Amino acid sequence: MRQPEPADPPTAPAQDGSAPAAERPIYDRGDTVCVVGAGASGLAAVKNLREHGFDVDCYERETGIGGAWNWRHDRSPVYASTHLISSRPLTQYPDFPMPDSWPDYPHHSQLLSYLERYADHFGLRQHIWFGTEVVRAVPVDGGRWDVTTRSTGGHGAERTQRYAAVVVANGHNWAPKLPTYEGLDDFRGTVIHASAYKDAAQLRGKRVLVVGAGNTGCDLAVEAAQSATTCWHSTRRGYWYAPKYVFGRPADQVNDAVLALRLPLRARQWLFHRTLRLTVGDLTRFGLPAPDHRVYETHPIANSQLVYHVGHGRITPVGDVVRFHRDSVELNGGVEIEPDLVVFATGYLPRFEFLSPEVLELDAAGRPSLYLNAFPRHHPTLAVAGLLQPDSGLFTLVHWQTVAIARVLRLRETAPQRAAAFRTRVVAGADQRWNRARLKESTRHWFEVSHTDYLRAVQRTLDELEPSAR
Amino acid sequence: MRVAEWARPVPPVRREVLAALPEVDEGRPPVLFVPGFGHGAWVFAEHWLDRAASRGFPAHAVSLRGHGGSGAAPKASLRAYTHDVVQVAASLPRRAVLVGHGVGALVVTHALARYPAHAGVLVAPVLGGWGTAGTALRRNPVGTLPAAFGGRLRLSRRQLFSRRLPDAAARAYAGRLGRAAARAQWQVLLGRPAEPAVGDPPVLVLGSPDDRVVPLPALNRAAAGYNAAPLLFPGMGHDLMLDAGWPEPIDAILDWLEKDTRA
Ligand SMILES: Cc1cc2nc3c(=O)[nH]c(=O)nc-3n(C[C@H](O)[C@H](O)[C@H](O)COP(=O)(O)OP(=O)(O)OC[C@H]3O[C@@H](n4cnc5c(N)ncnc54)[C@H](O)[C@@H]3O)c2cc1C
Repeated sequence: MRQPEPADPPTAPAQDGSAPAAERPIYDRGDTVCVVGAGASGLAAVKNLREHGFDVDCYERETGIGGAWNWRHDRSPVYASTHLISSRPLTQYPDFPMPDSWPDYPHHSQLLSYLERYADHFGLRQHIWFGTEVVRAVPVDGGRWDVTTRSTGGHGAERTQRYAAVVVANGHNWAPKLPTYEGLDDFRGTVIHASAYKDAAQLRGKRVLVVGAGNTGCDLAVEAAQSATTCWHSTRRGYWYAPKYVFGRPADQVNDAVLALRLPLRARQWLFHRTLRLTVGDLTRFGLPAPDHRVYETHPIANSQLVYHVGHGRITPVGDVVRFHRDSVELNGGVEIEPDLVVFATGYLPRFEFLSPEVLELDAAGRPSLYLNAFPRHHPTLAVAGLLQPDSGLFTLVHWQTVAIARVLRLRETAPQRAAAFRTRVVAGADQRWNRARLKESTRHWFEVSHTDYLRAVQRTLDELEPSAR
Repeated sequence: MRVAEWARPVPPVRREVLAALPEVDEGRPPVLFVPGFGHGAWVFAEHWLDRAASRGFPAHAVSLRGHGGSGAAPKASLRAYTHDVVQVAASLPRRAVLVGHGVGALVVTHALARYPAHAGVLVAPVLGGWGTAGTALRRNPVGTLPAAFGGRLRLSRRQLFSRRLPDAAARAYAGRLGRAAARAQWQVLLGRPAEPAVGDPPVLVLGSPDDRVVPLPALNRAAAGYNAAPLLFPGMGHDLMLDAGWPEPIDAILDWLEKDTRA
């Protein structure tokens, strides 16, 4: 690995008084770009920035790549039986396909090996500093960034380096969002967040309540149906449960075949409703609440087994949790159940501890204001990669997103006027939604995008930023 | 937007990949050879794979589906062939150099638009369009005409090899040729040119002025597309990797890789 040159270093401005910042030298890394995180998004960023001729330093707090898909990582949300929810062609990086001999929905260990091959194939590891955490990134004059790092766990001295730009790819599926309930603190059963669930042994012989109907909640209910003695599944509203296969094909591929027809949203919703009626049937018959919204208005749930296990009485659908008692949980309508284990599959919240809140203009709830979910309004040399919740796999989207980031940064040097024109769009278009359906308002849908709408928007940006275009 | 890629992924097929690896891995990029229509990976296994390996390049050749030892695919399209190349390229441990011969070069141009290769090499490239058909019809009407109706394209051994290659060898090689899917043959004539290569890889074009399949102007045009002139090997036939004098073009390719791509 290259070592920075400590030539005539300026000193770091004091930040929080925790370190003797005033004496610490700042190493100037010149035109190098800093990438935070080496998960799927960070790796794509490193690759595409390198492809656009940038030097890159990537910092990764863990000792390996893969982020969420590396289940040895302490913040990884995957569990032993996690498989992809999006099928292979809709998940892979567009320029590095997964082997076509793999199943439609690969296992998480395959995903990790895929990311490792991607890193090796494109020679990315030599640009990654493992076991190194970014603790602060502060904008300084000229659009540059002072990035302070230290080894993970807080050992060793901090060190500050100056970068031409920063790409934040720290993931948004690791900081659990936990609900609060009256009586929760006194509850004597075990309470965990889905992120702490690792394998079925944790459920064996237990009476389990799974709260939440996201893809994780549904997967966990299915796990519990097979391992636990009893499984209650609490959902706030009715959802559309799409099977993973329709007409013998992965459902997302069939959906995209329909999308290709470019039908209006209403027509697609009608078609989807019909298909679900024909394949899954009427779910209220099983005691599941009827959906109070049309498909595409919440993050789609792809799960073929949930309905099956409900039909076998292995999962009991129940309503909202109202409050906890010492030995029981009270549900909507006065029902009381006595689970040993409560699993909150209630999602995650984004966290950007190393940036001060005004940089990404976080609102009171912690939601950033970004154009294309990537570009902040006031910092042209900062971008966020992978802050997306698509109705498809993430990697395709994050690939094109990071290509756009690389082009924007290049354009600042080669055609400043065009870069400025792009800035105008960023300022005007921040917070725009890339989804035609009216989404249910919830933190879960903050970053929800329709992959086709989003990719079309990125395509327009890429055309606009085309190096040879005028 | 690649809805077709998502909605109708190319079905998997057994793929024949022949390889020759250098004794010590010096970190050079792997080279993936892509044969043209009717040809299988064997055409590179005859001479070029070993030559590349002996100079430190891990060398691989793939048989497109329906060709050589790969699984049958009578309905294959150019997209399926391109898929085969990208799949094999992505399975290699490092970013690969893609070398396409004949129509294989057209497949490589499509693959370069999908996969950020280390470099691309087009050998006697048949890049499609009606010009290709015109030349083929003029030079070998009997072999070409059936192809226009979905039949087999037969290239004569005089089109493929120079007179320096002993007759017996030429006959044996020509006897091993197979055929491409009719659909793909049509797409060569009618298909759209490839999208620009991703990652801006360096591209080399080479061929022979005496090639009786790809005339010199076509070579010049192909090279001009990459702002360069073609490297020429006079006296050789279309199948440069099998013809007498085969070491010269492969050495030139490897020299270029070493020099221009710092391989
Ligand atoms: C249960 C579950 C199932 C999923 N299923 C799918 C699916 O089927 N298809 C799909 O496409 N996606 C799926 N996802 C989404 C998944 O999160 C993404 O595929 C992908 O892993 C996101 O990559 P990322 O790089 O953005 O974030 P992460 O994978 O979280 O990587 C972020 C990296 O940044 C590092 N990091 C964070 N902060 C710092 C710091 N301050 N300094 C240094 N390093 C830092 C972390 O250690 C981590 O390695 C699923 C997610 C979950 C939770």
